[in-house]
Amino acid sequence: MQNAVKFTTTEPSTPTPGQVLRGRILRHKGVMVGGTVIAVIILIAILAPALAPHDPYAQSLIRRLRPPVWIEGGSWAHPLGTDHLGRDYLSRLIYGAQISLTIGVCTALISGVVGTTLGVLAGYFGGWVDAVITFFVTVKLSIPTILLALAVVQLFGGSLNVVVLVLGFLLWHQFALVGRAVTMQIREMDYITAARTIGCSRSRILMTEVLPNLMNQIIVVLTLTIASAIVIEAALSFLGVGVKPPLPSWGIMIAEGRAHIFFRPWLVMIPGVALFVLVLSINLLGDGLRDVTSPQGRS
Amino acid sequence: MLMFLLRRSALAVLVALSVSIITFALLHFTIDPALAMAGEDATDADVQALREAMGFDRPVHVQYLGWLGSVLTGDFGVSPYFGLPVSDLIVERLPITLTLGALATVFAVGLGVPLGVISAIWPNTLIDRLSLSLAVFGQAIPNFWFSLVLIIFLAVQFPIFPVSGAESLGSYVLPTIVLGTNAIPPIMRLTRTGMLDVLSSDYIRTAWAKGVRPQQVFFKHALRNAIVPVVAVAAIQAANMFGGSIVVEAVFALHGIGMLAYESILRSDIPTMQAVILIFSVFFIGFSALSDILNAWLDPRMRVA
Repeated sequence: MQNAVKFTTTEPSTPTPGQVLRGRILRHKGVMVGGTVIAVIILIAILAPALAPHDPYAQSLIRRLRPPVWIEGGSWAHPLGTDHLGRDYLSRLIYGAQISLTIGVCTALISGVVGTTLGVLAGYFGGWVDAVITFFVTVKLSIPTILLALAVVQLFGGSLNVVVLVLGFLLWHQFALVGRAVTMQIREMDYITAARTIGCSRSRILMTEVLPNLMNQIIVVLTLTIASAIVIEAALSFLGVGVKPPLPSWGIMIAEGRAHIFFRPWLVMIPGVALFVLVLSINLLGDGLRDVTSPQGRS
Repeated sequence: MLMFLLRRSALAVLVALSVSIITFALLHFTIDPALAMAGEDATDADVQALREAMGFDRPVHVQYLGWLGSVLTGDFGVSPYFGLPVSDLIVERLPITLTLGALATVFAVGLGVPLGVISAIWPNTLIDRLSLSLAVFGQAIPNFWFSLVLIIFLAVQFPIFPVSGAESLGSYVLPTIVLGTNAIPPIMRLTRTGMLDVLSSDYIRTAWAKGVRPQQVFFKHALRNAIVPVVAVAAIQAANMFGGSIVVEAVFALHGIGMLAYESILRSDIPTMQAVILIFSVFFIGFSALSDILNAWLDPRMRVA
């Protein structure tokens, strides 16, 4: 008589941490909207040579200051019109995305390396190392960033490399503060004690135990730093101290459009809206990533 | 509390000294100051003469100590571009920047705190969502472009406010809005989280249970405790606004310290640059010390330097 109960062998499926995180990212509106817009802008920047209808540097004195297509007198030959030198505004806008994104990402990477290193050292070693680094951060925070950036970039002469280097060494404090705080928590974890017990070297503990566990928070800071770097670059270029014309930096486009603010306000509005949308999306992504990776967001 | 005050002040002085050393080194080591000041079409002899006249040929530490000594007596040297003592320029322009900074702080606190309170009283409602999105916008909008947008709409299309200058109080309205907008989000968010925390605490439940009127619960019981951290953040934001005034003053042609900084940077006027960077930093150091002291005074648990 076969009356045995059949046992099912499938275990209750628990999602892996990666799946949980992916799920939370997909459900978070800010991350999805911000991420999508950024992805589109990155694609536009990469495909600029194929997408731009004209050469962004080609001047044409007979086609100066054409209005965009939705204003009377505009035509599809120049969908966003032309600037004071007859250069196609849409093409300049598209190439401008390359400048903003390059400066934002390169700056954030430099300041990320500088700041995270300082923060991890301060948080892991504590004592006088921490005291010195914390004091250094306090001093750094006391100097107004935009003022020092203006002064140093002006003295070195504005170019893409100078702006990236100067901003890279001016925007690291957030990485240091966050890196320090998180490392102090990680230092007390059992797995660090375990690593020490089995005789791991300091550098190995820092590189393989501390750093990977820090990455979530560092990526959030990285995102928000990209946004600050993009805004500061645009402000420097707007004030005539950042990258130099004829480069189509959005800051330079706004500065050049300013002369026509009374009768052709779109020359200021178009690059400004582009800058605003890019920064807004990066901030949405950064804030959203903080929400989904923070322990409170895991409920 | 006295020990805390002393330690905090000593730290502030130490930070100010370090800032002065760093800015001095940046402006003297990274470039040849004589070459930068002489401009592009100066001859070698011109540069050499300038170097000797300004004392750039002396050892750097001698220059620094000499400069620090005169700064402590209120002498910032003479501006080669304006041909005036830097201290005179600063005294002349400080009132404009102080007025702008004070107005922007009042604007930011006056809008940020009520918005934070309202969103905490009715969380997750339309009004809460609206003020949160306002905060997101305020954080992302580049202030130089926001200035131009306000000029386009409120000075050109509908000429309510002047485009630039500082002749009347009306010309401070647009710069105040621009400068204050960046400071509203942190103040609002902190007020909101502080209020939410306090409103879920036991003594507020007790107050409700006793039948205390809502206004009293919100403003007398809750806000007083929630406002403590906001005071400190507002002080830091005020300091940031003085530092940020450079862009806003440049756009609205307000001849304050920020504008002076911009002009001196464009002309590589090193004595003026040094002075304004130091002044903005001292402002920030002073405000952050003030914020720590306020915190310690309002909340004894914070009294660790």
